[in-house]
Amino acid sequence: MNKLLRKNLLAGPYLFWSLGFILIPLLLIVYYGFTDREGSFTLSNILSIMTPEHRKSLWLALELSFVSTVICLVLAYPLAMVLRNRGMGRGSFIVFIFILPMWMNFLLRTMAWQTLLEKNGVINGLLAALRLPPQGLINTSGAIILGMVYNFLPFMVLPIYNVLCKIDDDTINAARDLGANFMQTLFLVWLPLSIPGIISGITMVFVPALTTFVISNLLGGSKILLIGNVIEQEFTRGGNWHLGAGLSLVLMIFILISMALIAKYDKNGEGSAF
Amino acid sequence: MSRLKSIFQQTWQNLYLAAILIFLYAPIATMMVLSFNSSKSRTQWGGFSLQWYRDMFASRNIMAALQNTLLIAFLSALIATVIGLAACIAINSMRTVPKAVIMGITNIPMLNADIVTGISLMLAFIAFGISLGFKTVLIAHITFNIPYVILSIMPKLKQTSRATYEAAMDLGAGPIYAFFKIVFPDILPGVLSGFLLAFTMSLDDFIITHFTRGAGINTLSTLIYSEVRRGIRPSMYALSTMIFLIVLSLLIISNFAPKKKEQI
Repeated sequence: MNKLLRKNLLAGPYLFWSLGFILIPLLLIVYYGFTDREGSFTLSNILSIMTPEHRKSLWLALELSFVSTVICLVLAYPLAMVLRNRGMGRGSFIVFIFILPMWMNFLLRTMAWQTLLEKNGVINGLLAALRLPPQGLINTSGAIILGMVYNFLPFMVLPIYNVLCKIDDDTINAARDLGANFMQTLFLVWLPLSIPGIISGITMVFVPALTTFVISNLLGGSKILLIGNVIEQEFTRGGNWHLGAGLSLVLMIFILISMALIAKYDKNGEGSAF
Repeated sequence: MSRLKSIFQQTWQNLYLAAILIFLYAPIATMMVLSFNSSKSRTQWGGFSLQWYRDMFASRNIMAALQNTLLIAFLSALIATVIGLAACIAINSMRTVPKAVIMGITNIPMLNADIVTGISLMLAFIAFGISLGFKTVLIAHITFNIPYVILSIMPKLKQTSRATYEAAMDLGAGPIYAFFKIVFPDILPGVLSGFLLAFTMSLDDFIITHFTRGAGINTLSTLIYSEVRRGIRPSMYALSTMIFLIVLSLLIISNFAPKKKEQI
């Protein structure tokens, strides 16, 4: 017993650390979110999400991140299927190539798209060489969606690929032997068996896309404000921290929903990316 | 007929893989090419030049940011590995309920949005009276690194057998000696990949650094962010090419390093 207690002491530094730098900080957001500058209780920070401009930025963020998540899913699922059917193991170089951009600094990836899309950027340069009129590509919702899809696609591919690799070839062959065509196999065998990966992929794309302020800032210009931009400005441009914390609490509702979805559909961490 | 069909399918699949690869790598390749372009224009090739690389190495801001980034990545990965390893050993011998609680806490920084983590840490540092700067960025990076370390080490630790460890103790080894002689070699791959994962995560982070750095210090990410908003200079392309190659080689080392014979 004594030995066990001594062993448990090894967790001490980590417990201390997570208390000080994970739990207390989160409680502080709650505290700030529910108080005003004088420190008295208020709901106005939370309710300010109902003001037209905040509601608009939240709605736009939901809309853009939803569209990018769907595009990521549609692009990633066939990719993961092809990679799996080629029988390439987890450690293979081809799979590595598709996951690699995930580890690239995402500011650099976004900057790359800025270079391509800008008014005098690469794409407009190519268009001019083909004698086509320049397009206003940057500072649009489309540019933001592109940036989100580009940045978060590997986060969708990896978990789906991981669950697909666990599906036994015999299961697929059995479905074929019993006369199922491709569509039937897809909807009755592949998809149901890969739900943990799909859910985990969806949250890994949706949450960062919903809360981003970098992509919208660099590719969307200063006119398009997502909820992430609003919160960032409250904290860094000498705005109202209490308001920013209140809006973050609203955002956390969506994060909690996705955590709950993961807990429900991916109990064994099968679809986790790491 | 069915052979024709499978060839058709194969081709279609190859095209799809190629299209996604182009989508993923064309922007990065463009930056690499532009980093060697002697003209400042993004559309005109002015000849090969290393001018932007010279600019980059001559810039005191970039070099200071690079130094901060590497130092923070190394220190945060190292400290996170030590704390995480100790925590893993304790968690592994815990009962189900405390284990679940601790693993639940571990998941918070991984699942939470970076912007919320960053803000919460910033509020905490200010509440604790720690002024924002190098120290706070380091603490923040250690905080989000520990979970990755724990998740890398835990599976390896679960696979080790208790019996050999106890045998060593029976033969007179102290617990610490037995741990480093018996258990540690088995979990070393997990420890190393946890360290490398933490290192890359720290290199990659922008959002949490952005909120916890204060005004005085820059990492490469925060420097790039402030530069890019003022307009991209070609030395940024040189910098991204360098970072890309460094991360690429780190990942290749950690993924494809020749492994010693597989543990059974």
